[in-house]
Amino acid sequence: MHHPYRRPRRPRSLLLAAPLAAVTLLVSACSGTGGDEPASADQTTAAADDPQAIVSLAPVTTEMLYAVGAGDRVVAVDERSDFPAGAPVTDLSGYTPNLEAILGYAPDLVVLTDDNGDIVAGLERSGVEVLQLPAAQTLDDTYAQLEQVGAATGHIGEAAELVSRMQVEIDEIVASVPERETPLTYFHELDDTYYTVTDATYVGEVYSLLGLTSVATGDDPYPQLSEELILEADPDLVFLADGQCCGITPEVVAERPGWDGLTAVREGRVHVVDEDLSSRWGPRIVDFMREVAAIVSAVPDAAPATPDTAGAAESQPTS
Amino acid sequence: MTRPSPRHALVLGGATLLLGAAVLLGTLIGPAGLTPGGVVLELVGRLPLVEVDSGFTERQQVILWEIRIPRVVLGAVVGAMLAIAGATYQGVFRNPLADPYLLGVSSGAGLGATLAIVVGGAMGSAMVPPAAFAGGMIAVLATYTLGRSVGGGRSEVVIILAGVAVAAFASAVQTFFMQRHDETLRQVYSWMLGRLTTSGWSDVQTVLPYVIVSVAVIALFRRTLDVMAVGDTEAATLGIAPARVRLVLISVATLGTAAVVSVSGLIGFVGIVIPHAVRMLIGPGHRLLLPVSLLVGATFLILADVVARTAMSPAELPIGVVTAAIGAPFFLLVLRRSRGHI
Repeated sequence: MHHPYRRPRRPRSLLLAAPLAAVTLLVSACSGTGGDEPASADQTTAAADDPQAIVSLAPVTTEMLYAVGAGDRVVAVDERSDFPAGAPVTDLSGYTPNLEAILGYAPDLVVLTDDNGDIVAGLERSGVEVLQLPAAQTLDDTYAQLEQVGAATGHIGEAAELVSRMQVEIDEIVASVPERETPLTYFHELDDTYYTVTDATYVGEVYSLLGLTSVATGDDPYPQLSEELILEADPDLVFLADGQCCGITPEVVAERPGWDGLTAVREGRVHVVDEDLSSRWGPRIVDFMREVAAIVSAVPDAAPATPDTAGAAESQPTS
Repeated sequence: MTRPSPRHALVLGGATLLLGAAVLLGTLIGPAGLTPGGVVLELVGRLPLVEVDSGFTERQQVILWEIRIPRVVLGAVVGAMLAIAGATYQGVFRNPLADPYLLGVSSGAGLGATLAIVVGGAMGSAMVPPAAFAGGMIAVLATYTLGRSVGGGRSEVVIILAGVAVAAFASAVQTFFMQRHDETLRQVYSWMLGRLTTSGWSDVQTVLPYVIVSVAVIALFRRTLDVMAVGDTEAATLGIAPARVRLVLISVATLGTAAVVSVSGLIGFVGIVIPHAVRMLIGPGHRLLLPVSLLVGATFLILADVVARTAMSPAELPIGVVTAAIGAPFFLLVLRRSRGHI
């Protein structure tokens, strides 16, 4: 969970890409002047002076490049880029980038998220164009970044179309979730030491759109919660984003001391979520929202009132 | 000073009272909104022949009995072990700087834990305690062997230097693996900062046997440590084999340290600060130093955990950060006041 300082590095051509989603349609219309009709996503709008060899140093930037249709220009992606399937995975590291190794792929554009080890300065000294896309804070940031990627790779039309498609789908997903009297609360478990997210994070915003509120509050967007507080807050839903890292399953959660009394555990509302989908701010966030929306929709509207069920006719958990 | 004197009884009694107060405080204070009055009623209600209703819901009872109290107990056990291990290392090496960090125990345990998290995949979390334990033992054995083979007659000093080398090497290997597997960074980092967070009764049960064995053996050697403080030759004339005693004491102190570190992560400064502070107050005799260090170490860590749990609530502060923040300035103060005595 890095929080890189924001460093707006936008190639000249990106002035078009206003970050507001509302402007998207406008951008979509304008991009028509850039060349071909943006109507078909299959159509490649790449021109001769567009980058011919792109290196991506982060999973999320790889996903964005392919999503806007620039995948055929990607010559190398970092070791942790695992989507889409055909991406040319190498042993390049985005965390400890090696300038010489990157230059070995003769890129004319490098897309990355973090300026680790001053790699941006090194690449620029070597005459390579760099597009840095720091961690998005909101969905609007995602849209803006997709448009930046589109503009930098000569796929403005596809990017704009992708963005409006995402917006439509997200609107549909949000609309599909039933309204509730009281919002459901959730605990999004990042690892087995109870690091979690507040509503003021990217994934927290996504949950908010689906009518959920995090049990974590405070200034730190990624706090480590006391177990006492989790139990006291008694979340309606528990999302485990640590199935892959730490082998946490709903069964493991139920065996933790005291956790068997939680509403989410008793009602079977502990869910393993894909930690890649929930931690990347790219186009597949729509898939994550769809997954969560299905879970949320399945919770009965008159969810058993959380505060006082514990006292009534419950057997004391033994351990 | 052959029989337990009134002074001994007074000091031990005072330290026990302090520990009792810390246990009570740690039980009463926590981020969950349990009223102190209710907690007291809960505690009293558990006494035999007493019927009181604390008014706590079942969930509040679970928080108190399954989360908070085990955590206080684990804090006491970890703090006690780290402090008595520190006092033992310092006595064995006749070196006030000896502590689990300088002997490579902590770094070795850190390497073991990192390897478990990095290589272990989904099973990594479960493998952390045994791996940390193995890493700590291997590191201290390497330190001891290197120190003795290189050191010759001046092994106490050289062993510390060997420990520094072993610790640096273990840290380097650990960093290498962390860099290669950055997706596990937060997990490793979280362990390295120390925490008592995920500590139901099972963690207490895991470490307690090791701590009991370790403390019992150290207690057996309390007089021997006093004799060895004078010098190896003097000890030998009294029929003590310094090399053998040293090996036994290092082994058991490491056993206990590695066991507690494997569940709590790296919690620094307890092993070095507490024995120093205690020595300042009551003198260097091990018959009093060891038990008082144990009691004060437990007290200190319970209080540090209260700070960790509440200072940034609802977020939690790593306890290693608290012990270092309190311990490091305090250590300097102790050094300053004890100039000429060390």
